[in-house]
Amino acid sequence: MALVKFTYALKRFFPKLADTKANGKTLPAVLQEIEASYPGVTKYVLDDQGRLRQHVNIFIDGVMIKDRTKLSDPFQENSEIYIMQALSGG
Amino acid sequence: MESCSFEGVPISIAYADPRNGTWWACQDHGHWGVKLQRSKDRGKSWEEVTAPAYPEGEEVKDGMPATTRYLWSMAHGGNNYTSRLWIGTDPGGLFVSEDGGNSFQLVESLWKHPTRKEGWFGGGRDLPGIHSIVVDPRDEDHIHIGISCAGIFETTDAGKSWAIRNKGMSADFLPDPTVETGFDPHIVVAAPSNPDFLWQQNHCGIFRSTDGGKNWIDVSEPQGPARFGFAIAVAGDNPDQAWVAPADSDVNRTAIHGALVICRTDDGGKTWKQLRNGLPQENCFDIVYRHALVNDSNAVVFGTTTGNLFFSPDRGENWEVINNYLPMIYSVQFAD
Repeated sequence: MALVKFTYALKRFFPKLADTKANGKTLPAVLQEIEASYPGVTKYVLDDQGRLRQHVNIFIDGVMIKDRTKLSDPFQENSEIYIMQALSGG
Repeated sequence: MESCSFEGVPISIAYADPRNGTWWACQDHGHWGVKLQRSKDRGKSWEEVTAPAYPEGEEVKDGMPATTRYLWSMAHGGNNYTSRLWIGTDPGGLFVSEDGGNSFQLVESLWKHPTRKEGWFGGGRDLPGIHSIVVDPRDEDHIHIGISCAGIFETTDAGKSWAIRNKGMSADFLPDPTVETGFDPHIVVAAPSNPDFLWQQNHCGIFRSTDGGKNWIDVSEPQGPARFGFAIAVAGDNPDQAWVAPADSDVNRTAIHGALVICRTDDGGKTWKQLRNGLPQENCFDIVYRHALVNDSNAVVFGTTTGNLFFSPDRGENWEVINNYLPMIYSVQFAD
């Protein structure tokens, strides 16, 4: 199972947010699982069309994903998926 | 200060629905997108409701997916439609809720308007945005909206169809100023005592209509100061009385010569009086954004880009400071 971690900045809106294991084999599937645990959180990460928001990044095992539109970047069974905010503006 | 909610989060619109006392906060999170918050206890507690979102596959222009980038205007649907709310957005979509704001739907007829993809463009923001929603209290299916940059659109059937109402307005920034759309009304308001009297502070001056927007007349002072600006307010009891908050010009968006002035007309824009008593008259750089000048009876209030909030008890003759150290003020409203 992949382990999903979140930037501390999201905890302002989702105080119970914690590292979460997910079964999904794709990033959209993982995010769907996260949404079930923390309703509304994916709307903070993705825009209306399901794309990664401009100032949000996802790292898989320390590497920033390349496909911000369809989130098709692959990951391993034991990968760490880190959702962070880009430090835009300073 | 009675309360402060969402410290550190930019609020594009703070709106109190006069029908039921519900407060709304349109949030503009830099990282996390726009959010919509609702309070039924005057800001003691808030609940996040689903913000207007564009249906899958919708595009601003060919190849540019549509996503809600900014909530730029909010209006209630009137006393006959107690659950109806309107929200205007960047990139140009109008949304309506029929369930008190629990959900919002894109108004397809406007989004599919034949002028939109080619004839609307950004002004003040990168993409087109709806900043004004004027619901006619005599007939709440009759609505004018203001779009930067496109102009004024009117519906008489609650948004099923739209007419362009830009006649008489100017767009001197365009290579072809005679276009159908592409105008930049900064804000549009109606006179409560006669909703056929519409006023707008436009990028190219101050305009007034006495026939429900069918014809617009430039009522600016050619040499200023009542000329360029963002905000306008109309007296509740007099459709010929209005206030504007002039800025220097579109190329120099500061107070004029370092001095803050509000201008008021009492004769439908034929003449403008400069109101300065109590306002800073040197070393001042404040301007007033489009939703930050309001009036109620004799009271007039405006907030500025540098976080100053001013109040007049006598229609602008005299001003006093409410607060000097607020963040940039986007939106001001009287609430019961």
